[in-house]
Amino acid sequence: MKVLVPVKRVIDYNVKPRVKSDGTGVDLANVKMSMNPFDEIAVEEAIRLKEKGVATEIVAISIGPAKAQETLRTALAMGADRAILVTVEQDVEPLAVAKILVKIAEEEQPGLFILGKQAIDDDCNQTGQMLAALLGWSQGTFASKVEVDGAIAKVTREVDGGLETVELKLPAVVTTDLRLNEPRYASLPNIMKAKSKPLAQKTPQDYGVDVTPRLATLSVREPSKREAGVKVASVDELIDKLRGLGVVG
Amino acid sequence: MKALVLVEHEQGQLKDATLSAVTAGSQLGTVDLLVAGADVGAVSQAAAKIAGVGIVHVADAPSLAHGIAENIAPVVVGLMGGYDAFVAPATTTGKNIAPRVAALLDVMQVSDVLSVESEDTFTRPIYAGNAIATVKSADAKKVMTVRTTSFEKAAAEGGSATISPVSGTSDSGLSKFLSADISTSERPELTSAKIIVSGGRALQNGENFRALIEPLADKLGAGVGASRAAVDAGYVPNDFQVGQTGKIVAPEVYIAIGISGAIQHLAGMKDSKTIIAINKDEDAPIFQVADFGLVGDLFKIVPELTEKL
Repeated sequence: MKVLVPVKRVIDYNVKPRVKSDGTGVDLANVKMSMNPFDEIAVEEAIRLKEKGVATEIVAISIGPAKAQETLRTALAMGADRAILVTVEQDVEPLAVAKILVKIAEEEQPGLFILGKQAIDDDCNQTGQMLAALLGWSQGTFASKVEVDGAIAKVTREVDGGLETVELKLPAVVTTDLRLNEPRYASLPNIMKAKSKPLAQKTPQDYGVDVTPRLATLSVREPSKREAGVKVASVDELIDKLRGLGVVG
Repeated sequence: MKALVLVEHEQGQLKDATLSAVTAGSQLGTVDLLVAGADVGAVSQAAAKIAGVGIVHVADAPSLAHGIAENIAPVVVGLMGGYDAFVAPATTTGKNIAPRVAALLDVMQVSDVLSVESEDTFTRPIYAGNAIATVKSADAKKVMTVRTTSFEKAAAEGGSATISPVSGTSDSGLSKFLSADISTSERPELTSAKIIVSGGRALQNGENFRALIEPLADKLGAGVGASRAAVDAGYVPNDFQVGQTGKIVAPEVYIAIGISGAIQHLAGMKDSKTIIAINKDEDAPIFQVADFGLVGDLFKIVPELTEKL
């Protein structure tokens, strides 16, 4: 079974984003960029499926700027077999990404898509569900456990009340939550090897998909700031403050 | 403008998230509801009492149980001919279903709406809430999830909506619910608790978490939350997690104990009215957002606090 893993190049998890002073967006110039953490978990899960003999080939896909090639090389160094880069320099919305992935699915005929549940830049949490809808496939979102058994996948999902397990008919779309696995680091030899793995270059036109955004960003601002308050010196003083708030009698 | 709002329910109970979504819908125009599930008679009756609702569409079939998105999304799409907007609360159920609806309608969803500025313009958080974007949708129909802490709850009583059964639901056969492991607790639910006591990695293990955090929470009648670090380390289950990708909460009082305050955690609780932090590291980022901070050893402070309350 072939597994497709879309990955996104985003601001690094540890960088504090800064809003541009002109209010047009977040300043990404000279900022460290990395693979979206949820997508790393997706790549790792695909590799584990291959190690178990379930997956036969892993194809990493990125739809984004030319520099997303680095993100794909990371996926290849972790263990993906080949990569497809669909170059788009502007921001691409989840709906357009899902439409491109549908076209790639028609060519590649995967048994499974594994995606991060959300990207930590736009925080949309949409692409996997949209992809499943457009393909008419089952979806296992926010997965913390994935077991593939023949023509079905059993997926445990993190939901508001706890955990839920569903059975999906394959082919299916799975989106990852934090506790699905802990992604491996690529070793130096594998990073070297990844440089010679195949990476196909495409454009949205190759797939006939219109990527014109549907949402116009009118402005981006900083959230209202909280002021640091006071430090209290003792538990008694803290209890006084709690009394002041009326939460204790 | 006519909005269709998805009713959030669980085990025959209407959830409060619905009431916030109704308020968001009412800022767009008139509001009708959809209850989708199995044996949802009681939920539908409760939904019909929500103030300001016109029609409650009821899709009641075994295939719609457990919020299976593959079966519920087509029901929503079937109704959307008569609506300009679909609004779901940004819960795990809403987040699972709404994008599937949006794609089927060829609409780009607006996720996690914080405010409705006009019929087509909304604000939403990006970058873990470190920036707020104002976006304008060019789609003919709007599909959105709304952050429940950002909208007042509509009155649960006072309405008298018409109940309208939805026919022709079917089972796609794509996916099947197997089992659930749902936490049961006498404590208030995180998303509606007035006070939350949250613990972090500094608690060191699950026993300490239960021995220190829970008695304090019970003294205060509070809900219990946790940082991602505490959940990852297995001290508590995933449904305790507060943060960018966990639950978003905004209680009257949030007490963070042994939580350093990573931006991903702050994203989930910084709209709390009052934040109290207890941490041994006086430079911990949590103190930059805390109204009241106490620097010290939580293993001494928390028992003393619980004792003296």
